[in-house]
Amino acid sequence: MLTITDLFKRYPTGQRALNGVSLTVDLPQVVAIIGPSGAGKSTLLRCVNRLVEPTSGSVVLDGIDITKLSRRELRRARRRMGMIFQEYNLVERLTVMENLLSGRLGYVGFWRTYRRRYPPEDIRMAYELLDRVGLTGYEDTRADALSGGERQRVGIARALMQQPELLLVDEPTASLDPKTSRQIMRIIVELAQERGTPALLNIHDVVLAQSFADRVIGLRAGKVVFDGAPNGLDEKVLTEIYGEEDWSTTAARGEDEDEGGKPPRRRGDMESEAAVG
Amino acid sequence: MTVEEHARRYPEVWRRFSPRQTLVRYAWYAGIVFVALWSVRQLEIPWLYFLDAHVQAADLLVRMFPPDWAFIEQVLDPLIETIHIATLGTAFTFIIAFPIAFLSARNTTYNDLTWLIGRFILVTSRSVNTVVWGLVFVAIFGPGPVAGIWAITARSIGFMGKLIAEAIEEVDEGTIEAIEATGASRLQVLWIGVLPQVLPIIWGTSIYRWDINIRESTVLGFVGAGGIGIILYSSINLFAWSEVGIIIISIFVVVVFSEFVSAAVRQRIT
Ligand SMILES: Nc1ncnc2c1ncn2[C@@H]1O[C@H](COP(=O)(O)OP(=O)(O)OP(=O)(O)O)[C@@H](O)[C@H]1O
Ligand SMILES: [Mg+2]
Repeated sequence: MLTITDLFKRYPTGQRALNGVSLTVDLPQVVAIIGPSGAGKSTLLRCVNRLVEPTSGSVVLDGIDITKLSRRELRRARRRMGMIFQEYNLVERLTVMENLLSGRLGYVGFWRTYRRRYPPEDIRMAYELLDRVGLTGYEDTRADALSGGERQRVGIARALMQQPELLLVDEPTASLDPKTSRQIMRIIVELAQERGTPALLNIHDVVLAQSFADRVIGLRAGKVVFDGAPNGLDEKVLTEIYGEEDWSTTAARGEDEDEGGKPPRRRGDMESEAAVG
Repeated sequence: MTVEEHARRYPEVWRRFSPRQTLVRYAWYAGIVFVALWSVRQLEIPWLYFLDAHVQAADLLVRMFPPDWAFIEQVLDPLIETIHIATLGTAFTFIIAFPIAFLSARNTTYNDLTWLIGRFILVTSRSVNTVVWGLVFVAIFGPGPVAGIWAITARSIGFMGKLIAEAIEEVDEGTIEAIEATGASRLQVLWIGVLPQVLPIIWGTSIYRWDINIRESTVLGFVGAGGIGIILYSSINLFAWSEVGIIIISIFVVVVFSEFVSAAVRQRIT
């Protein structure tokens, strides 16, 4: 269970990215965080595992306040949170297997890392996950030889190698084509559900968010302006989050959202709208 | 829109540099020419010697020929020693430059002090010529190849350390964050996140430096630090030009060979 209370973040540049964010995730659910560019979505996620140091407020994961931990304790806490990135952030020159096993670094000592000798159960888990994300047989391929979609699959598998209690996902599909985007979203959501792992997922694509998330949080200028079920995203709410625009084609149409029904929105559209708003 | 308005908005003239920029450029050229002329004046070069320079050079070449092929027996051992000095020196550099590079890179150093220490070592190493390092180590270890090896090492640390540190600073930040986010320790981040990204650069600069070091170690003998330089120096002093000829030819062969190896190896990595 994750409880974020009164989280503020002010960057050294003076930019106030978060202005008192509070939210609780107490169910194994996929929580989509939407909002215009610069709303603070990435900052929020990165404050949870402290890739960014919050200015004030608390982030409590299963009773432990992450913001109060020492470096060493933070490392232990980070093992319990898997992160998936927009730019995949794989170690390009290492193989897929080595990238997957890097998800276990928090659990193995330096000597094992040095010799690249991981415990047998980790290796088995890696093979299983490779199969699960549809990359069977890719273990010896170097990451820089993969396509974007394949890389993100590796990114997902690496995060799950940690057997995390929480998934932090920052725009996993923003660099992918619409079809691959849906496949990647489906893999993330299915794996999160199978394992009962809650996921915080930043996403620009409102339609994707509606079709895959259990809950949507709208962020604007570092504040939560919406928190509810995906079908609560009507034109009024979208205007509140993103600003004035014709939302009639995007606003929630209930549960019956079908796959081929309409062309998915391009990310570029969203960003230019946000810039105006 | 009138024709004039149209012409003003969509002119036919476009220049890459403004007149001002062009002026500045010519000012630089003039400055460079001035500095060159000034240096020549200051050096008080005895121009008279230039008059028969080509005659002297031709004379030298004639005296080198025919090369004293029998002398090659005495050249071979020092030549091999030269290669060993370069190779061992580069190998030591490889080991020592590594931690110093991590200290000297902004993103992997511990704090400002360690960064300063790292940078200081690099600058010191680079600001002293290999031959001068040779003099220093001959004073410490006495004449011989050991001094030569350390001279090569001392000079190469700065070269390799600087290039590796620059590579480390250009490492992909996102990858590092991803590894940190798994709960990896600092050492693990270096080993799994940073090292694979800079490894090709490390191999590339090592082999490149080895190639440079072969050339540098040929003159180390001039100050007694071992290698072929020792006999080259004595042959020159004895005006034994036919010996000098054979030494220069053999150095040339080795340098071409090392350059070839270096280029071939560097092409295969990355
Ligand atoms: N490292 C940083 N230093 C200074 N300011 C930053 C930094 N990172 C983000 N910001 C600022 O904080 C604000 C929030 O940025 P953040 O990246 O969290 O937004 P976002 O919602 O993720 O945007 P996007 O949808 O474009 O990814 C922005 O105004 C941004 O300029
Ligand atoms: Mg972002």
